[in-house]
Amino acid sequence: MSSIIEINNTTVSYRENIAVSNISLTIDEGQFLAIIGPNGAGKTTLLTIINGLGKILSGSARILGIKLTNRTANQIRKEIGYVPQMCSIDPRSPISVKEVVMIGRFGKIGLFRHLNSNDKEIVETAMEVTGIKNLAERPIGHLSGGEQQKVAIARALAQEPRILLLDEPTANLDPKAQREIIDIIERIYKERNLTIVFVTHILSHLPNICTEAILMKQGKIFYKGKIEDALQEDRLSSLYGCPMKYA
Amino acid sequence: MLEILSYKFMQNAITASIIGGASCGIVGVFVIMMRIPFVGVAMSHSAFAGAIFGLVFGTNPLVMAILFCLGSAILIGPISDRSELDPNISIGIIFSIVLGLAFLGMGMIKGPKTEALNFIWGNILMISKNDIILMVIMGIVLLGFLFLFFKEIQSVLFHREIARAVGIPERIVFYSFLILSGMIITLNLNTIGGILIFSLIINPASAAYQITYKLKFIFLLSAIFGVASCLIGLVFSYFFNAPSGAVIIIVSSLIFGVALIFSPKRRVKTNETQSNTS
Repeated sequence: MSSIIEINNTTVSYRENIAVSNISLTIDEGQFLAIIGPNGAGKTTLLTIINGLGKILSGSARILGIKLTNRTANQIRKEIGYVPQMCSIDPRSPISVKEVVMIGRFGKIGLFRHLNSNDKEIVETAMEVTGIKNLAERPIGHLSGGEQQKVAIARALAQEPRILLLDEPTANLDPKAQREIIDIIERIYKERNLTIVFVTHILSHLPNICTEAILMKQGKIFYKGKIEDALQEDRLSSLYGCPMKYA
Repeated sequence: MLEILSYKFMQNAITASIIGGASCGIVGVFVIMMRIPFVGVAMSHSAFAGAIFGLVFGTNPLVMAILFCLGSAILIGPISDRSELDPNISIGIIFSIVLGLAFLGMGMIKGPKTEALNFIWGNILMISKNDIILMVIMGIVLLGFLFLFFKEIQSVLFHREIARAVGIPERIVFYSFLILSGMIITLNLNTIGGILIFSLIINPASAAYQITYKLKFIFLLSAIFGVASCLIGLVFSYFFNAPSGAVIIIVSSLIFGVALIFSPKRRVKTNETQSNTS
């Protein structure tokens, strides 16, 4: 397998705080990688390095074989589906579920162009895969948290991405919604063979198909390897600074 | 009633009402959805400061007003993005700077300050043909921006970070909007003045936001409410000899009040709340 993400000695800071420090990481194409760590470990920042939203202070990154710079970031982002942490949406927001999913296509088709029949087909398929077709015309702000996360995943899929970044997609959801989201992610991975980077700090939310993991603590990679090794009791306890056991 | 249409100044005022009301209504939708309500105040005071310096240095006040407004628009976005401040903070900073400059300029004007104060109060009945031509040009530019970049605008108005994440040049869209809003506000200062234009931007868009979930209709309704506010206000101010700007704002506030009372969004929310609690 060839590497699709290469991060070399990269540091990202927000004002006086170093969010991630001298991180080096290689992710192979088709890999399902979990990023695990406590709050403030730098998990989200690592995702923003990959999609070019973070400001790199030092080091470099190659994504999809392209060196990440201000000039290339926009081009790279079009190939990366990004599901950020759930944010509150105004219930009166004047945009429907289908329109939100369409946003995923807008970057890809570029300026001065409209969605053609193929683009519309891709949007429909993305809604079908995530089970939100019946919600297409509803205002996005009227949906539950679980439904909004499905819409976010559908929007990312509408990009037809090569890499899918999922930032705590199951956080703050009830158990049923968590299970549904994990099922969708597993199905997408099996059917589309994407490279998926899945961030979580809740170990029980890890999908079964996840084979590799990195543990992050205080802006550094604490461990990288097979998931079963990463989830060993002593390693997790050391990571979280308290007794931890993966059931 | 129809005799008022025979006066040239009234014809100009009606034309300005239609173009200015629609333009401010459209700009207002951006302002409301980006949650930067004070951009109107900052821009209008930038234009006011520019106009005053135009008077002080004997250059065209309108040109100076446009330059000051463009300067402010160009600064607000990057100050906010580079220093990771809320856009409202950078708007507040620009507002305080231009307000200081405006007062400085006022102090430098020798003799009566009537001409400068006209930019604060405005008078739609004094609009000239050249003003209208400029308003039409900017109105066309605004509509062009809206039609050509609607999908990008919709994405940015929904969520700036998501728009950037999918590869939309959201900064260009956001900065373009700031520049356009600055131009529209400057060219409408004569309509209702620098202070009251804030309301003509906020009220029609807020009213439209109460009524529909379709962004296209929000733009359309906001433009209609802006035009209606200006035309109804103009007629009332003519017949009751009242300051036109003030009447326009009262009308736009009433439209917002009616929209809020009869808002279908409010009804939907109430019903949902009831069904959830039952």
